[in-house]
Amino acid sequence: MTLSLFALQLLNGVEYGLLLFLVASGLTLIFGVLGVLNFAHGSFYMLGAYLAYFIAGRTGSLLVAVLVGVPLMAVLGLLVERLAIARLYARDHLSQVLLTYGLVLLFNELQRALFGNDVHGVAAPQALAFRIPLGEQAWPAYRVFTALFCLAVAAAMRQVILRTRFGMRVRAGASNPEMVEALGIDVRRLFSSVFAAGAALAALAGMLAAPLTTVYPGMGESVLVLSFVVVVIGGIGSIKGAFLGALLVGLSDTFGKVLLPGFASAMVYAVMAAVLVFRPRGLLGQQA
Amino acid sequence: MIVPPRVRALLIAGAAALFLVVFSGDRFWLQFLGKTMITCIFAMSLDLLVGFAGLVSLAHAAFFGLAAYLLAGLSNHYGLVSPLATLPLCLAGVGLAALLIGWLSLRASGVYFIMVTLAFTQMLYYFFNDAPGFGGSDGLYVNDRPRLGPIDFGERTVAYLAIWIALVATYLLLLRVVRGPFGRVLIGIRGNEQRMRSLGYPTGRYKLAAFVLAGGLAGLAGYLDATLYGFVNPAHFGWRVSGLLLMTVLLGGKGTLHGPVLGALLLGFLEHYGEQVTTHWNAIVGAFVIAVVLFLPRGLAGLLRGARG
Repeated sequence: MTLSLFALQLLNGVEYGLLLFLVASGLTLIFGVLGVLNFAHGSFYMLGAYLAYFIAGRTGSLLVAVLVGVPLMAVLGLLVERLAIARLYARDHLSQVLLTYGLVLLFNELQRALFGNDVHGVAAPQALAFRIPLGEQAWPAYRVFTALFCLAVAAAMRQVILRTRFGMRVRAGASNPEMVEALGIDVRRLFSSVFAAGAALAALAGMLAAPLTTVYPGMGESVLVLSFVVVVIGGIGSIKGAFLGALLVGLSDTFGKVLLPGFASAMVYAVMAAVLVFRPRGLLGQQA
Repeated sequence: MIVPPRVRALLIAGAAALFLVVFSGDRFWLQFLGKTMITCIFAMSLDLLVGFAGLVSLAHAAFFGLAAYLLAGLSNHYGLVSPLATLPLCLAGVGLAALLIGWLSLRASGVYFIMVTLAFTQMLYYFFNDAPGFGGSDGLYVNDRPRLGPIDFGERTVAYLAIWIALVATYLLLLRVVRGPFGRVLIGIRGNEQRMRSLGYPTGRYKLAAFVLAGGLAGLAGYLDATLYGFVNPAHFGWRVSGLLLMTVLLGGKGTLHGPVLGALLLGFLEHYGEQVTTHWNAIVGAFVIAVVLFLPRGLAGLLRGARG
């Protein structure tokens, strides 16, 4: 592998990891605060990508798709939380897995009924349709933009969680929801907003990924499984852990595809198995 | 665990009725009920984990698929056709895989365990889908189905009978297990693992043993499936299979053994007739899953018992 190819893979891995972070951070926050393992999280990613295809196809602009689609998905998240997830708070893991699994089936059928089973391409914005030279390789500008944009979102998330009143409640809710309720904070509203924010983040990731990966049925499920791996590696409920885990998964997936093409995803699971052996609660999870 | 007399009578009558289907010789019913009985074995083995040990595993489809691929490999590459050779080899292979995956997954607990078992199942899915020599997403044919002297299990009636025997044997075995000391410990772990540990039980080893036993029985189901259909493909590993199986256990009633059998029969019939009515069958399954979780948490077996008080 030449140095420039190595650098290109490194950048691709980081960019992929940052996209995964947007999905996994929502998943880990929803579990941390609401205590619900949400299998439908991948569906939000998938629906986001399809919305990008639909809106960008009509208006010719991915930006419009993001500006319209993300709030739309936040509303959908709010509805799902109120109608279905809210009934799960006192239930066991089996019920949570099954109910959200039912939601996945529903969303998949919705996608099939609305958009069919075809694979769709989404054009990257015109302004970013050039390549940045990198030795004898070239890095598409849209990938650079995606990586930087995800970094900006991650930084904004950090600010919101560490510096705002809402973020303070989220942190408090993650460590002790009963106490938060006892202090007179409306937990229901907190839960709804965290779930809606998670759904919006996953959808945003799907929209950004649409020009890179194309839009296809089942794209949500592969991202869901990788997000699980990210959360297991990073430690559940930890945003920092999700960031670290996402970069690790992004890099091992990208390099795995180059180094072991027959066993494309084996690297990712090998990393997860190693973390399980040495730190069963994740790199940054609270160790038992 | 006590099986209520009414349920016992129902089970005996059901088993007798399923046995009598052999004599009909009807191609469709032998295939359809054979498949459904395989699902019964598959679901009961998961019930040992979910209903008794309290372990929500999504790795079950992996063991089912692995056994099926092992059978195809042994038959196509080594010309092994005798079930006396292939069945023990397949079960041993699946048992080893369950030991390894179980050891790794059980290092995690609660939701971690769920996520890790799903991840390992997906890993095997990608492996059999991508690695060369496994036929990609089309899968493999089992060129020579299991055969023992004059008995050819590729014949539907024979396969059906073998499945029936396996189902009855699995039920009796699992009933013995959950009624015995091992099962009591598992139930204790489900209730309060810390208490069991402080009573001196090595709970980790008990959970691993349950995981391997359940995985092995899932492998038996996969072996029978490959025998009945004569082909395997990576879709066997899909997490939807694991999800639908969890649904079967919950619908029937977890922690009862006969519940998952009822669930598998009901879902089998619903699916068969539902798919003829609508192409959006999965949407109905999705809505049905949600409704069962919300309104029928104790499942069909709970209804049977609830009617008595």
